[in-house]
Amino acid sequence: MPQTANKGAWVKISNTVLKVGERAPNIPEETAKVPLIMHLNGFLLSDEARLGDCVSIETLSGRKVSGDLIEINPRYTHSFGEFIPELGEVGPRLRKELERKEES
Amino acid sequence: MTSYQSVMARKNEIMKKAVGIDYDRFEVEGCAFDYERMMREVGYSLDEIKTIQRATRVGQTPLIELRNINRLIQQISPSGKGGRIFLKDEAVNPSGSFKDRRASVSVYQAAKMGYKGVIAATSGNYGAAVASQAAKFGLKCIIVQETFDSRFVGQPEIVEKARACEAYGAEVVQLSVGPELFYYFLVLLEETQYFNASLYTPFGIAGIETLGSEIGEQMKTLTGDYPDYVVVTHAGGGNLTGTARGLKRVGAQRTKFIAASVDLRTLHMASDIDFNRKSFTTGHTGFGIPFAVFPDRSDVPRNAARPLRYMDRYLTITQGEVFYTTEMLAQLEGLQRGPAGNTSLCAAIALARKVPSGTTLVVQETEYTGAGKCPTAQLTFAKSNGIEVSYGHRTDSVPGKNILIPRSPEELGYDEADMDALRASYIKQVIKQYQKTRFSETEKAFLQEDCRIDRPTLEHLIEKD
Repeated sequence: MPQTANKGAWVKISNTVLKVGERAPNIPEETAKVPLIMHLNGFLLSDEARLGDCVSIETLSGRKVSGDLIEINPRYTHSFGEFIPELGEVGPRLRKELERKEES
Repeated sequence: MTSYQSVMARKNEIMKKAVGIDYDRFEVEGCAFDYERMMREVGYSLDEIKTIQRATRVGQTPLIELRNINRLIQQISPSGKGGRIFLKDEAVNPSGSFKDRRASVSVYQAAKMGYKGVIAATSGNYGAAVASQAAKFGLKCIIVQETFDSRFVGQPEIVEKARACEAYGAEVVQLSVGPELFYYFLVLLEETQYFNASLYTPFGIAGIETLGSEIGEQMKTLTGDYPDYVVVTHAGGGNLTGTARGLKRVGAQRTKFIAASVDLRTLHMASDIDFNRKSFTTGHTGFGIPFAVFPDRSDVPRNAARPLRYMDRYLTITQGEVFYTTEMLAQLEGLQRGPAGNTSLCAAIALARKVPSGTTLVVQETEYTGAGKCPTAQLTFAKSNGIEVSYGHRTDSVPGKNILIPRSPEELGYDEADMDALRASYIKQVIKQYQKTRFSETEKAFLQEDCRIDRPTLEHLIEKD
C-alpha cells in the first residue's frame, strides 16, 4: 500500500466523534469504554501527505473534513466468503427430494 | 455547540427544519395525534406516488408463483394442507430492493422543496436507494452507517452497502457501534441543512403503498382474488405498514398481515461485542420488537410506520433457516436473492404447511445479492467471529453462539410472538413516555386504534401497569 499521497488522491481518514466519557448514557459497558470513531473517504486537499498525518479531504458530497490519514486508494475487500459445506449440500438434497417424492 | 448534550437538546428543532413537516399540526391531545390526517395531508395519493415512481422506473415489479417450492410444500404437508406462495420480486427495482419505493418519494419531496441534498441514517438497502434516487435528481447525498466495531471489523453486508452508496455517488459516513449515530446524524443535518430522508416520514411510508396495491391487483389477475396472507420481513415497521395500507386502499379487507423477523433477542443492539456476533443487520427482532411497541422512538417526532395497527401475527425464525431458504430459492426457483429479504419467505414456507390447500400467501419482497451479502460471505464472517456453523434444529439455535442449518425443509418452523404481550408493552411505553396512567377519551380512542384493542383490554392494560 502506498505510504504517501498527493493532492487529489482518493483517501480514507479517521476521526474521533466522541471520546470515552463523552458517550451517551445507558450504553453497554463494552461500548462506553471505547470512543465513537468515524471513517470517511474523500479527495486529499493537502499537497502531499503521509499515512498518520492530519489532513483535509473533500468528500463526495463536497464537504471539507479533517482527520488522520489512514488509507490511500481505499478499496473494498468484502467477498463471497469460503465454501460452507452445510450450505453446499442444501441445493442438491432439495432437488433430489423433490424428484424422489414426485416419483413415489 | 456540538457537544452530545447540546445537539440532542436541539433535536426537535433540527428535525423540523430537515423534513419540512410541522408535526405539531397533527397533535390532538396528550399521546394522541391524527395519524390519518398526517398521512393524507403530508403524503401523496396512490396515483401521485405511481407517477413519481414511474419517472425513475421504481415499482411495477413482477409477482411470480414459486412453483417448485410450492410442489415441495405440497409433498411435505399433511393431507389437505399446503398453501401456494407467490413472490414479489422487488430486487428488480433500480438499486435492488423495495427501499427504492420509499426513497423515490422522499427524494422527490426534497427536490420539490428545494433542498440541495439528502441525508439518511441507515446501514441497510435504504442507503443505496436514497443514493440512487439522489443521483437521478441531481442532489447531494450523505449516508450515515454503523459499520464496524472498535477493532474496525465491519459487517460484510454493511460494507457492501457502503460500496453501493459510493457507486451511486454518495458520501458514506462510517461509524463504530453505538446509538450516538443519531447524534452525529443531527450534527450533519445542522451543518449541511440537507433534507432528512427518514424512513419514517409519511413520504417514506406512502412510497410503499404502491407495493401493497400492486400485490392486490396482480393477485386478482393471477388467482382471481386478493391474497389470504401477506408475509412481511419486519424491522422498523414501514414495510408492513405501507404494504397493508396499499392493499387496503385497493379493497383487500380480508388479507392477514404476518410479520416475520429473525430472532436475535439475546443480542444487545448497542453492544460493541454483540455487533459482529450477528449475521443479520436488518429484518431482526432487535428492530422489529422495539419499533412495534414504541414507534415514536424514530428520527422524526411522529412515526408514520405504525405496525401494530396492521399486524395480525408476528413470527420469528432463526438465522440458519433464512440461509437455508436462500439456497432453496436459488436452487429450486433460479432466483439468487439476498438473505435478509428472504426472512419472510422462510416464515411463509413454514406457515404454508399448516394452512389449507389453496390458501394463498404473498412474500412481498426480495433484495439484491452480491459480495458480502450472500450466505457464504455471511457465514464465513460468522465463523471468523467464533460462531459455530453446523447442521442442527432451530430449537437448539442460540443467537451469537451458533447458526444451525436445517437438514430438510420439514425442519423449517417459526415461533409465534405473543401479540397481546406486544400490545401490553406498547401501553407500558406510552405510560412511561407520558408519565401518567389517566388518559382522556380522545387519548384512549387513539391508543385503541394504534394497537388494535378494545376498550376493556385497554383499561385492563392501563390498570395493570
